[in-house]
Amino acid sequence: MIKQITNGIIKENPTFVLVLGMCPTLGTTTSALNGMGMGLATLFVLVLSNMAISAVAAHIPGKVRIPAYIVIIAAFVTVLQLLMQAYTPALYETLGLFIPLIVVNCIVLGRAEAFAARNPLAASACDGLGIGLGFTLSLTLVGAVRELLGSGALFGLPIVAGGGITIFVLAPGAFIVLGFLMVLFNKISRSRQ
Amino acid sequence: MAKASTLTNMTVTLGAIAFLASAMLSAVFVFTAEPIRKVAAAKVDRAIGDVLPPFDNSPAIEMTETKIDGRTLRLYPARKDSRPVGIAVETSTGGGFGGEIRLMVGFLPDGRIYKTAVLSHAETPGLGDKIDARRSTFSLQFEGKDPATFNLAVRQDGGDVDAITAATISSRAFCDAVERAKKVIRN
Amino acid sequence: MEYIIIIISAVFVNNILLSQFLGVCPFLGVSNRSSTAIGMSGAVMFVMALATLCTWLLHYCVLVPLGIEFMQTVGFILVIAALVQMVEIILKKVSPALYQALGIFLPLITTNCAVLGVAILVVNKEFTFPGASHYLNLAQSVVIATAYAAGFGLAMILFAGIREQLDLVEVPASFRGTPIALITAGIMAMAFMGFAGIV
Repeated sequence: MIKQITNGIIKENPTFVLVLGMCPTLGTTTSALNGMGMGLATLFVLVLSNMAISAVAAHIPGKVRIPAYIVIIAAFVTVLQLLMQAYTPALYETLGLFIPLIVVNCIVLGRAEAFAARNPLAASACDGLGIGLGFTLSLTLVGAVRELLGSGALFGLPIVAGGGITIFVLAPGAFIVLGFLMVLFNKISRSRQ
Repeated sequence: MAKASTLTNMTVTLGAIAFLASAMLSAVFVFTAEPIRKVAAAKVDRAIGDVLPPFDNSPAIEMTETKIDGRTLRLYPARKDSRPVGIAVETSTGGGFGGEIRLMVGFLPDGRIYKTAVLSHAETPGLGDKIDARRSTFSLQFEGKDPATFNLAVRQDGGDVDAITAATISSRAFCDAVERAKKVIRN
Repeated sequence: MEYIIIIISAVFVNNILLSQFLGVCPFLGVSNRSSTAIGMSGAVMFVMALATLCTWLLHYCVLVPLGIEFMQTVGFILVIAALVQMVEIILKKVSPALYQALGIFLPLITTNCAVLGVAILVVNKEFTFPGASHYLNLAQSVVIATAYAAGFGLAMILFAGIREQLDLVEVPASFRGTPIALITAGIMAMAFMGFAGIV
């Protein structure tokens, strides 16, 4: 169980190792808190859809497997949308389009296919939790770096007087920061081997 | 593992899943409808409080709607001890860089602008989002200005408003929304 | 004129890949060679226009009259998934040549967030034609979806060209593959930001 959780955080880190879910990783990480919010939203859907799919997978005929999974995932995403509108409206507005787009996040459908469909309920939940946490940590990291460079702040607290280099919170900064973080990740995992 | 696929069992499974999903969604929808409505109402109330001097009535209940330029503006009259202290106008523009911008603008009984607040926008982070008072001092320049003498347009367009650097479109849109609120107040 | 401005803004200024971050997975995944990039772009353009047509109708003819807009995400993704399947089947029968060119990309498109993203964007966001702002009608929706898809194609094909050149140079080991692609995309995004001045 523990192994499944840590697996998602480091060995199969969805962002840096599997290079999945790039759209939200780039689009929502203008600050550490936004990145974290997006990560947790994905985590919510991942855990629930993994559990639901693990429970029903054996009863689904092979040919309608994918549509069935998509309906289940879309339903949980809509639940998340409604709950966020009700209880975290500010975050919902900031993340905008990327919340409904969790449906097409390759990570969610990927885990459903690769893990949840052939593993028991508890293991699937842990897998969702692990991958979700890995995703959350990566997004928070990217968000923190961009916020620090771009606005001179961290989690909304000003650190550098006079703000930062605006380009890092704009679109190009997203690509460049993620690129360099990946280089760092590669470098570290190389030197470990 | 996965069962063999026949037309019947495919239809039945998909139908059952779709039915269960819809049932779950409807339940959540009904459950969250009230909180979502309250959140929206609270946001408007907070914005009214932000843009007007203290009042003791509930402007949201006395709200009236006016149509201008094909847009619906909402007017929230505020009073203290039954004397009018101002009107908050919920106004909007479609001219933003990222689409619609919605503002709350507070007018004093003498026609001057008291304060403004951004209700929602989709401007670029780091540039256009400086229309929000938490990000820059741009919106503060409207405070205390009398639209009769203060031309609500950016300097590039011959007005009196200093635009945000590198975000003229957002600044122009902001002015457009305030200008629309002014027109309504005048009538 | 209005259409021209909206098309330019969708293709260059609000480029779906480089400024809205939709469809980045295929952007990084299949942009190694120009030929595959062109195939993918063609498939995306085709599906995006069709999908927007169908989801617009679904939204305004079914969801809104019934008052169940909250079913949008579920409805849209189902329509898109079904549509992609159908396009695949029809294409196989009607035009094997086109199927040869686009076929392998079609299954990937269901989970291409650009398609669902644009479909949602088009019905939820108010767009501004010079003068008045309003929600888009059917024709405008399809035009803008096609323009977004063209922007996707443009970025994709340019990027594939750059990546083919990148194969010929010595890239430091840790930068190889995705990292250098991301950094290149960042520089392209910077170039595209320059278009913001023209609309």
